[in-house]
Amino acid sequence: MVTLTINGRKIEVEAGTTILQAAEKLGVFIPTFCYDPRLSLVGACRMCVVEVEGARALVASCCTPVGEGMMVQTDTERVLTARRANLNLLLANHPLDCLTCEKAGNCRLQDYCYLYGIEKSEFGGEQKDYAPDDTNPFFVRDMNKCILCGLCVRTCHEINGAGAIEFIKRGFDSKVTPAFDDPMEHSPCVFCGMCTDVCPVGALTPRLGMGKGRSWELTKVKTICPYCGTGCGLELYVKDNTVVGVRGDADSPVNRGQTCVKGHFGLDFLNSPDRLTTPLIRKNGALVEATWDEALDLVASKLKEVKGTEIAGLASARVTSEDNYLFQKLLRMLGSNNVDHCARL
Amino acid sequence: MTNSVGEIEDAAAMLVIGSNTTEAHPVLAYRMRMAKKKGAALIVADPRRIELAEEADVFLQLRPGTNEALLNGLINVIIAEELMDREFIAARTEGYEEMAAAVARYTPEYVAEITGVAAGDIRKAARLYAGAERAGIYYTMGITQHTSGTNTVLTIANLAMLTGNLGKPSSGVNPLRGQNNVQGACDMGALPVVYTAYQRVDVEENRNKFSRAWGVELNPQPGLTVTEMMEGALEGKVRFLYIMGENPALTDANLHHVEEALEKVEFLVVQDIFLTETAAKAHVVLPAAAFAEKGGTFTNTERRVQLFKQAVTPPGKAKADWQILQELARRVGFNWQYNGPADIFAEITTLTPSYAGISYERLEQEGGLQWPCPSPDHPGTPYLHGDKFTRGKGMFSVVEYTPAAEMTDGDYPLILTTGRNLYHYHSGSMTHRSKGIEAYRPEELAQVNVDDAARMGICDGDLVKLSSRRGELETRVEVTDVVPPGVVFMTFHFPAAPVNILTNDKLDPVAKIPELKVCAVKMEKVAS
Repeated sequence: MVTLTINGRKIEVEAGTTILQAAEKLGVFIPTFCYDPRLSLVGACRMCVVEVEGARALVASCCTPVGEGMMVQTDTERVLTARRANLNLLLANHPLDCLTCEKAGNCRLQDYCYLYGIEKSEFGGEQKDYAPDDTNPFFVRDMNKCILCGLCVRTCHEINGAGAIEFIKRGFDSKVTPAFDDPMEHSPCVFCGMCTDVCPVGALTPRLGMGKGRSWELTKVKTICPYCGTGCGLELYVKDNTVVGVRGDADSPVNRGQTCVKGHFGLDFLNSPDRLTTPLIRKNGALVEATWDEALDLVASKLKEVKGTEIAGLASARVTSEDNYLFQKLLRMLGSNNVDHCARL
Repeated sequence: MTNSVGEIEDAAAMLVIGSNTTEAHPVLAYRMRMAKKKGAALIVADPRRIELAEEADVFLQLRPGTNEALLNGLINVIIAEELMDREFIAARTEGYEEMAAAVARYTPEYVAEITGVAAGDIRKAARLYAGAERAGIYYTMGITQHTSGTNTVLTIANLAMLTGNLGKPSSGVNPLRGQNNVQGACDMGALPVVYTAYQRVDVEENRNKFSRAWGVELNPQPGLTVTEMMEGALEGKVRFLYIMGENPALTDANLHHVEEALEKVEFLVVQDIFLTETAAKAHVVLPAAAFAEKGGTFTNTERRVQLFKQAVTPPGKAKADWQILQELARRVGFNWQYNGPADIFAEITTLTPSYAGISYERLEQEGGLQWPCPSPDHPGTPYLHGDKFTRGKGMFSVVEYTPAAEMTDGDYPLILTTGRNLYHYHSGSMTHRSKGIEAYRPEELAQVNVDDAARMGICDGDLVKLSSRRGELETRVEVTDVVPPGVVFMTFHFPAAPVNILTNDKLDPVAKIPELKVCAVKMEKVAS
């Protein structure tokens, strides 16, 4: 164990813990862009810099291990000046279209500029001018807004494994993109959408929610993915009784926030105009709209006409356990064990 | 799964067989890659050069329908090279000698002849698997959708027991289940032979328990499986068919036969969220709420019961399945009084020993719980068979290789095998209605080997006619080396190219699973 002092408060942590993790334990806030505990540490964004007594320069708290007796200050004037300079540089070529940006209200660049009082950049100069890439049907990439934190790159390589994107070029021309700067669909991208979940700014925007509501208008409801048997936790974002956003649930013990294309981008069938909205009864060969009473009375009368063993039913691997339980209970109470579902398919 | 999702990344060796994990279970494939990064050995066995094969330490590209031979070959090497876990075999199992005698003839050279896998690769795979401290086997329908499916699962159990890879973390026999609540549906007794938690209907004690709880006499005769129901409908023995949230008109083998049955049955009720191919044939269609429009529990592949809440209301007059069932039950004279899924779950726990300790309160506070969870103070069970097996000692089985029911011949010279792709799901009733997915993957692309295609003058994107003894269809093709010469792969996701028109409905005698993974077809180019 190692004992250190952060902002005058002593804390004992395991050796190998970073200053950032120790600060989190104390409830001390340190801003970050490029840090994610699920990914490798790069210490690139310099937002998390803190002052360590005796150190020559400010250190990146996300990747500096604690040392015995270390004295750390997270909010000295020197630290704040460095963070402000950092934000100034980022804003120098970041579009200030926050009024219409989908990320507004949920953007770390916006939050930190608010926190440190940066209204606009002190630096003039060149602006990036990339055409937004909207060639794939799942999300839009606007590299003018990218702050090069690399979270998406590391997620793609370290969590997914597809390795579809990387940094190209150097300096001001640095850009995150697939090989040869091709569109996403010509890359190994499998559209898991995890890059859109980790992006701290508005560079990667799922199409589903575009123009459908501001971040603060959405209600988050946790659910379980309806597709394969992994049972990934998902967060649904709802506005006006419509699901307009989906993210992986980082708290799920199963997927820890990870997703695939079906879970992340395949839930809009909920809003399909093809949804059945009323009972239907076949009359003169065609299915016609009916009331619940008409439909259920008809089903019940037919059930009463046949013997229990003449009834058979397929339950479903896609409805809840409660639904399945009642289905087999109903058939068995009617005298039939002819209950199955597509577990074999 | 005997083990848990979270344990995968700490395995020292992984045998992935009959599972295209990166496409069918992508998140589990991420974990396999993490394990690989931490130093695990990866053995992949599949007829196709799937994505994981590229990352494997050894890739065993076996002929479709030869799983048991390959697995017996691995067992043969482990025994011949004395790599087995003698302590585990002595303490925890029985039947070893008989099994060992039976696999003696499955030398790598003999198995190489059957499977087409090089003998050296079989030896290498066996050494990697048996040499690891913790080795997990991961499989899906590539193992089970064969007439020999049950036997193959038994050989997988043999392999795991032989090496002591059961009853400890990051090991085990792990079927990766394909549908989000297929585990829950099985646990809930949506099966013809059992009530909840696999309590057989033909055991009087079980029947009495459910009879008392439900207040009616219960039928002691096991019921019909899906395939037998369709037969029953054709013979007039099944007169009323109630289908809730399934689309057998696309997903079952030998579709012409299923279609006939659905048309023949006297009264067909379909309860679904879309007017599926099956619903279109119904006498009554009942509109159901989708997952986000109701609450309840799903049980995932690692036996984890997870609670979720309603996010939005159902469209129009659609209702949750449990509400529809309750209203119907009341109309046929049963006085059901459930106020919501919580009431139903509470009843389930009183009748289901493996769920007895689970409650909505606990699920809400603790997140998911893995069954068996027999009492309220039980933490749940991340891996099974810790101290002993269900029957006490683990029983080795003697399994001989049996070829697939339908082999290629002069008329039908190619093997057709089926599965999933990354983008679509099952019959596609949900994914075809997802705008992005449908835009990205709008149609089937059957995989045809480069050499076969060249011989027949077929190019990428061409239209071909595929026929089997049961039917024919047209599909566009992708020319690729993912499939070996002589093999064609199709998914069952596309109503316009319904592969199950072609597949063989010959069943595994025990599990009654049709042989969807192997049938003989012929291919002809369709003039454009």
